[in-house]
Amino acid sequence: MISGWKSCAVVLAMAATAAMPAVAAETPKRGGTLTYLIPADAPPSLDAHRETTYVTMHTGAPFYSVLIRVNPDNPASTTDFVCDLCTEMPQPTDGGKTYTFKIRQGVKFHDGSPLTAEDAAASWNKIVFPAEGMLSARSSNFEMVDKVAATDPQTVVFHLKFATAAFLPALADPYGWIYEKRILDKDPHWYEKNIMGSGPFKFVSYDVGQAIRGERNPDYYRPGQPYLDAIVGLYAPKQATRVDALRSDRAAIEFRGLPPAASEELKAALGKDFASQESDWNCGSVVTVNEKKKPFDDVRVRRALTLAIDRWHGAEALSKIADVRTVGSLIFPGDPMAPSTEQLHEIAGFWRDIDKSRAEAKRLLKEAGAEGLNFELLNRDVDQPYKYVGIWIIDEWNKIGVKVTQKVLPSGPWLAAERGGDFSVVLQANCHSIVNPLIDVQPYLSSSISKQNYGNYEDPKEQEIYDKAFHETDPAMQKQLMFQFAKHVMDTEAHKLVLPWWHRIVPYHAYVKGWKISPSHYLNQDLANIWLDK
Amino acid sequence: MHRYIINRILLVFPTLIGAAALVFILMRLVPGDICLVRLGSGGTSFSTQALAQCHADIGIDRPWILQFGDFLWGLARFDFGISMWSGKPVVQEIATRFPISLEVAVMATIIAVAIAIPLGTISALRQNSWIDLVVRTFSIAGLATPSFWLGIVSILIVLDVTQAISGHPWMPPIDYVPLWKDPLRNLSIVALPAITIGYRYAAVSMRMTRSAMLEVLREDYIRTARAKGLINRIIINRHALKNALLPVVTVIGIEFAFLIGGLVVTEQVFNLNGIGRLMVLSVQNQDYTMTQALVMLVVTIAVLSNLVVDLLYAWLDPRVRLA
Amino acid sequence: MTMIAPTPTGTPVLLGDLPSRRPFGARVLNFFVRQPIGSIGIVIVVLFGLAGIFADWLSPYNPTSNDFAAMTESPSWAHWLGTDQLGRDLLSRILFGARTAFEVGLTSALIGGFSGLVIGVASAYFGGQLDLWLQRVLDIVMSFPLIIMALAVVSIFGTGVQNVIAAITIPLIPRCARVVRSSALAIREIPYVDAARACGYGHTRIILRHMVPNVMAPFLVIVTAFVGQAILAEASLSYLGLGVQEPVPAWGLMLQGGAEEYATTAPWIAVFPGLAIMLTVFGINLFGDALRDVLDPKMRER
Repeated sequence: MISGWKSCAVVLAMAATAAMPAVAAETPKRGGTLTYLIPADAPPSLDAHRETTYVTMHTGAPFYSVLIRVNPDNPASTTDFVCDLCTEMPQPTDGGKTYTFKIRQGVKFHDGSPLTAEDAAASWNKIVFPAEGMLSARSSNFEMVDKVAATDPQTVVFHLKFATAAFLPALADPYGWIYEKRILDKDPHWYEKNIMGSGPFKFVSYDVGQAIRGERNPDYYRPGQPYLDAIVGLYAPKQATRVDALRSDRAAIEFRGLPPAASEELKAALGKDFASQESDWNCGSVVTVNEKKKPFDDVRVRRALTLAIDRWHGAEALSKIADVRTVGSLIFPGDPMAPSTEQLHEIAGFWRDIDKSRAEAKRLLKEAGAEGLNFELLNRDVDQPYKYVGIWIIDEWNKIGVKVTQKVLPSGPWLAAERGGDFSVVLQANCHSIVNPLIDVQPYLSSSISKQNYGNYEDPKEQEIYDKAFHETDPAMQKQLMFQFAKHVMDTEAHKLVLPWWHRIVPYHAYVKGWKISPSHYLNQDLANIWLDK
Repeated sequence: MHRYIINRILLVFPTLIGAAALVFILMRLVPGDICLVRLGSGGTSFSTQALAQCHADIGIDRPWILQFGDFLWGLARFDFGISMWSGKPVVQEIATRFPISLEVAVMATIIAVAIAIPLGTISALRQNSWIDLVVRTFSIAGLATPSFWLGIVSILIVLDVTQAISGHPWMPPIDYVPLWKDPLRNLSIVALPAITIGYRYAAVSMRMTRSAMLEVLREDYIRTARAKGLINRIIINRHALKNALLPVVTVIGIEFAFLIGGLVVTEQVFNLNGIGRLMVLSVQNQDYTMTQALVMLVVTIAVLSNLVVDLLYAWLDPRVRLA
Repeated sequence: MTMIAPTPTGTPVLLGDLPSRRPFGARVLNFFVRQPIGSIGIVIVVLFGLAGIFADWLSPYNPTSNDFAAMTESPSWAHWLGTDQLGRDLLSRILFGARTAFEVGLTSALIGGFSGLVIGVASAYFGGQLDLWLQRVLDIVMSFPLIIMALAVVSIFGTGVQNVIAAITIPLIPRCARVVRSSALAIREIPYVDAARACGYGHTRIILRHMVPNVMAPFLVIVTAFVGQAILAEASLSYLGLGVQEPVPAWGLMLQGGAEEYATTAPWIAVFPGLAIMLTVFGINLFGDALRDVLDPKMRER
């Protein structure tokens, strides 16, 4: 039948589309309505300060401004931060402890009132120092912040407790929407159910679980932007619906990412109208072993489990059917700090010769007295990529004689089982918005330090390497230490079985222009620079 | 008779309270809670304080017995509370989603009746003929097809057929518009799901019509009528069909009640923002208040339609009410 | 002897004699002759049943081993029904899937049916308060949404096949109990039960010797229907992510992820498991209809 043809065509298409963003910039056209899909049902609340889900982000981001952000025209960069509401990226003073931001003049909220430093300070105080009874999801990211204050209507100052390079990336968090102080003072919960910001689009209507609509904000502070007259976000939790909707042009794009098969299908169906962008996704696929459970307290068993997995061949095949691709370490591949392929080959489970690797795995199991090991893999009830990766590793383990069954749970029970230590081996994802390897690997630190590490182990040696790397100022040295850290966690102690990284593929109609993919579906969602070529 | 009716009506209440207790306990026995889903499902980090604050906000850190008391007291006052997920009143959330589910259910019923009664009747009249065989096969196939599968295939067929005809694939819109706002758009959204559900529904009703008709046709009064030389069509319309309809209507009624809560899978397939999808969402999010309210809604509809059927039969058949 | 057959509303209808005194072989032969359509049903079901039982010998490949060199291959001599997105042989998965389907279908139907029989007969025989409250419990279970029951069972006990069976079985119990109860109620009113009691027979003997045999016909019909319904329910639960889990080969599961994703690019992944479900349930229903006609003489052609 035709499938062989199609998959061949897709490989070619992928090669072609990868080069696409490099095409010279065209002059944006004004007008039109962008219909995009939000791959979920309704978001919990509309207040980004309290939520962690991308659904809130994809729903509300076009209506809001932030203080600083990842460069919307270069979102793939892991270091390029630019001003949104501020006028200039500040140089820290006071030994790196004080950051002073000047706010743009003449910015107006959609209700007509001017946006001042007071609003920015009130919003950031709400995020960093939530009042009694207020929920802030990321307050713990800002433990370095001592005080946020508006010194005059155009100036907001962040005082830190100690200097740290982690501050600016944290501040560029896409969830830091700026709200109006007057409204917050009256009702701090108002933004949970209402939308009113200063972003490129003005709120028009919201039908829960169905659609969010916005129209062009004529008073937007960036000249010429936004290019679109209106936006419509349609909620569609089922992937098949989204692919069908894209195929029939009921919608132009879905920003989160679709699996390769869907992209392949759309490529064939849309022909010339098809475009896509791809990126490594800042979500690590990681198997965590509960070291409180026997025999997983034995490092030989853990090493055997990681040695059994043929990542190099597996990743190549899996990338045709699942949202995963690049073989890498704990550090986001493509980040300057990531180890080279040669270095990866030194790590257990990443050896070139899989037969040697599996022989070693069997030997270790025998030595540990764990031959004929069988256990249950805890997995999450989400197809992409959890279930695909799950099926793959179960079969890989089978090849060294380890019998694995799978327990697949919906998100809530899955998280509860992890936190309660009610599992032997679990497949997890470690996702972040802004790429920041030093912070991103924190969930791999000893369980007493990282509450998100469900491996239940204490490893002072690991902590020692991490601390050294964290305080190292020489980039080359830091990179070397981070490799040591990765090797320790992935090989020597085999706390974590690192699998191929998630891979983000966003197929869309070619008439959508100006949007650039980033390593995270949380980033770059205000849609101001998107235009339609119709 | 009156005593039977009053007893039967009073018995509705223990059933409802039992259902309330069951959903309350089941939802809380499921490990995890809405705060974990909310903060942790994206795979990003969140703080322990945030989790504790979220628990406190919603009040699920309180003892179960207090929460259950609140729930029952709310039910007694028809106050279903606030959705733990969206923070909006449950009644409002259900009200936005109910019309679409109702519309699909009504359309499916119309389709089912339009197919089932004529075909079922013909099938009974021509028992064991080729028509009967075809109709029965068609209806058994309807019972054998997974409904979500039929839905997926039907969307693909529409896409492929429209592409073949016009060169551009077409599918129904995925955002609902009420019938009175844009009838054409509305019907194009509702038609496919109504047909896929209607098929199964028709299969059930058709079998009922056929067997009820067969039974009635063997009754003495029909045979007498035939013996008297009445024309077949009159016999069928005036006598047979009329008498066969009661069990058929009962089945249709019960299926309809079932549909209101039973659209769970179909609404997923067609991206319909109805209460079936809301149920899946609430269950996945572990939104206790919303799930409880939806279950009470579904159970109440089922219990009430059972009640109506029971009373109807009591009225028709004195043995039941005297027993 | 008089029989009671169920109608979907649970109202009893009095029937004629059960053809129970003839030898079993003759009855089976009679069934085949009189019910050619039902016989086709039996043949289909038996074929799939045998496929499940002998899957280990019949399957050309291991149903759970991935072959990345053969992903989404269309049907060929090497893979008669093609391969799925992980390169697993579809024929092998369907053969093993038949085992899972019958495991789920038969176990659910038998446990659900038997529990329903016990509850229904007890409820009808003892009557009074027991009957009243049992009926309320059945009302609750019957009207309760399956998805919540399934989520609870699966989240608490895990996604093993036996837990999925539990989730599917629970809602079947009240439906069987209803039908059995209404049949049994009518029998209870017949004088010979009173006569038996007057003779001093114990409850157990009266129930087993007189009531149970007399509700056997509706019971058999509904249990047959349950097998098909359970297989369909497993598919629906799989679609919602609450069914049997990988890597166990199961038809509903095969229809879930891959089927939707590859419906246009590799349709065989979705078509064959879908056909397997339809054919099996179709066969079961054909057989069920025929069984009903045989057990209910009124339905027989005169």
